[in-house]
Amino acid sequence: MSRAPRARLSPKNGREDPASAYDMTPSTELIERRTLACIVDNEPGVLARVVGLFAARGYNIESLTVAEIDRNAHQSRITIVTSGTNHVLEQIEQQLLRLVPVAKVIDVTNSTGGIERELALVKVAGTGEKRVESLRISEIFRAHVIDTTNESFIFELTGASQKIDQFVELMRPLGLVEVSRTGVLSIQRGKEKAG
Amino acid sequence: MDGNSKMESQATETLTGAEIVLRALADQGVDTIFGYPGGAVLPIYDAIYAQQQVRHILVRHEQGAGHMAEGYARSTGKCGVALATSGPGATNMVTPITDALMDSIPMVVITGQVPTHLIGTDAFQEADTVGITRACTKHNYLVRDVNDLARVIHEAFYIATTGRPGPVVIDIPKNVQFAKGRYVGPKAIEHRTYHPRTEPQDKRIEEAVAIMAGAQRPIIYSGGGVINSGPAASEALRALAKATGWPVTSTLMGLGAFPASDKQWLGMVGMHGSFESNNAMHDCDVMLCVGARFDDRVTGRLDAFSPGSKKIHIDIDPSSINKNVRVDVPIVADCGKALAELLKTWSRKDGKAPDLKAWWAQIDAWRERKGFAYPNSKTLIKPQYAIERLYALTRDKDVYITTEVGQHQMWAAQFFHFDQPNRWMTSGGLGTMGYGLPAAIGVQAAHPNALVIDIAGDASVQMTMQEMSCAIQHELPVKIFILNNEWMGMVRQWQQLLHGERYSHSYSDALPDFVKLAEAYGCHGIRCDDPAKLDDAILEMINTPKPVLFDCRVEKAENCFPMIPSGAAHNEMILGKITGDEIGEAGKMLV
Repeated sequence: MSRAPRARLSPKNGREDPASAYDMTPSTELIERRTLACIVDNEPGVLARVVGLFAARGYNIESLTVAEIDRNAHQSRITIVTSGTNHVLEQIEQQLLRLVPVAKVIDVTNSTGGIERELALVKVAGTGEKRVESLRISEIFRAHVIDTTNESFIFELTGASQKIDQFVELMRPLGLVEVSRTGVLSIQRGKEKAG
Repeated sequence: MDGNSKMESQATETLTGAEIVLRALADQGVDTIFGYPGGAVLPIYDAIYAQQQVRHILVRHEQGAGHMAEGYARSTGKCGVALATSGPGATNMVTPITDALMDSIPMVVITGQVPTHLIGTDAFQEADTVGITRACTKHNYLVRDVNDLARVIHEAFYIATTGRPGPVVIDIPKNVQFAKGRYVGPKAIEHRTYHPRTEPQDKRIEEAVAIMAGAQRPIIYSGGGVINSGPAASEALRALAKATGWPVTSTLMGLGAFPASDKQWLGMVGMHGSFESNNAMHDCDVMLCVGARFDDRVTGRLDAFSPGSKKIHIDIDPSSINKNVRVDVPIVADCGKALAELLKTWSRKDGKAPDLKAWWAQIDAWRERKGFAYPNSKTLIKPQYAIERLYALTRDKDVYITTEVGQHQMWAAQFFHFDQPNRWMTSGGLGTMGYGLPAAIGVQAAHPNALVIDIAGDASVQMTMQEMSCAIQHELPVKIFILNNEWMGMVRQWQQLLHGERYSHSYSDALPDFVKLAEAYGCHGIRCDDPAKLDDAILEMINTPKPVLFDCRVEKAENCFPMIPSGAAHNEMILGKITGDEIGEAGKMLV
């Protein structure tokens, strides 16, 4: 019977390892945020593949938008805002490209001239000075009023996500009822097609 | 693709969906499929009944069909095909599909589905097969229109076998199997979005050779990708190793790509790999990784993995590169093509490469430690000894080895040596107990005259042992060589070394009498517990022209060494102690 001395099974590397066949050290790398656009073949289940990949490999999804962009070419564009270490973000791109219906993945955050926009519908109810104030702020943000009653507005607003966050915060004390957002959309500046 | 012209002429033919399935399989060159009938595939079974070209092997459980298809694929280089019904048929197939994904085995799995108008109604034997298998396939399809069926099947074969190979599921509703539609042949596939890259970039090859040219302590670390790439890649690996004089190690999945009889062979790398290969991986200054993926069983502790080396990584799957370990030169390409290009550029380079004498002297010093040495016994069969004898007594045979998962698998990898690719079938990535017996049947179906041996453990083999009935029915004379230590040996080893010797549920209680079991199935049963009689018993097994179940009673307390313990680096390997011909204190408690 050959038996290993137990002391050698906990290597002296300055940390206490649980008894496991796996390396259990958590990563301490910096977490970044990134917007990726996937051009995919618009076949049944393609969104499930993309979302399932994120779930299966433990990647984050902060926002996700999807719609067909070219009926003849059967293509949809999925824009995903995600976060992770640089290494994880690299893996996300490569893993997405492994999916058979994914044609390309564009790193919007790191490409020159990537533009990100979000659309929000914001319902605010109130009367008197608060109602006037909400309308005044909406003009500053170039929001449109798309529905109104005597006691409410629905504002339509587009912009970068931070701008929408800021608008929502300003509306909160003025009678914010609810918010609906599309999630981030993206495109590249200039005359070239992305990718 | 062959048969193009033949196909064109048949482009307008109208067949039922079930006939299309069989026709497409035949046109893809499939000669054998492994399956199990059921309500939602009955039309396909009618079509099987009506033809002679494709042989159907009836299994006893759909998991068996999947592993047989894997064994068939891995031993031939062709695509394996399995067939199952809807619901439980498909869910039983999930394990082998996942296994094939992890080990990059080309496989097409056809499943029946309830009729399209019943999908989503919780119909009898309905399961969301494409949903369930989405995460464990390379790609999958639900075919709703019979006119798409032929194209989908051909596309499935293309996707399963090209790029990094993997399993593809085609889910076919029963009404689509009955419906009549257009058959189209396997024309050259031009996929809209799937374009695997196989040609290496010249620039990368030059960068790699520039690093290789200065290597003083180099190593080639090869993997299953070299075997998947085909025999040419194994040839290219051998040629490059010869030209450079570099030592070669390989992962569990890559055994056989480089001949174990070659003096440049260091043995397997990783947790239970050889002492010399792990130390060489740790101390090398240039590492050429070919078709391997820096798996956690190979690297050990990542932050101490080969700290001083420049790393070149050839892989057909870009996501494998920089996934676990940062490399200096990534080469996204087919292994065989990249190796051939490396050799070409290496041969053209100016100047002489550094002398490797000192490095080989160091490697020889590690070899001297004899990491695989074990204390043999005159009274008990040591599992290592059993494999050594099995290897020695099968030298003149055309032999294929499969394994289950556990200690016996590691001993097989350590003590059975391979000089050719496609001879070693094991579940590496997923580690599926129960893989070996059905995989052996799949191998035997492809190589009817070969000697196919499943090196098994007493626990693993019980997971799929009903397939002995399949082996008997189809006259596939596989040999099941059980290293019976009455334990889930690897679980017990970990409990001993890491869980305070608390042997929680790892004892194989109530084991069947394997010899009687063999006889019940109509197989030949052999039992041996005496080292002196082992050779004769093995020869009896080899010379029996039908399936054999060999109950090899081995030392119960033996552990698998050498070993890289959890969270340790390659150069912190522990070796087994040679303690002589007795069982230690802990061992006595176990017996």
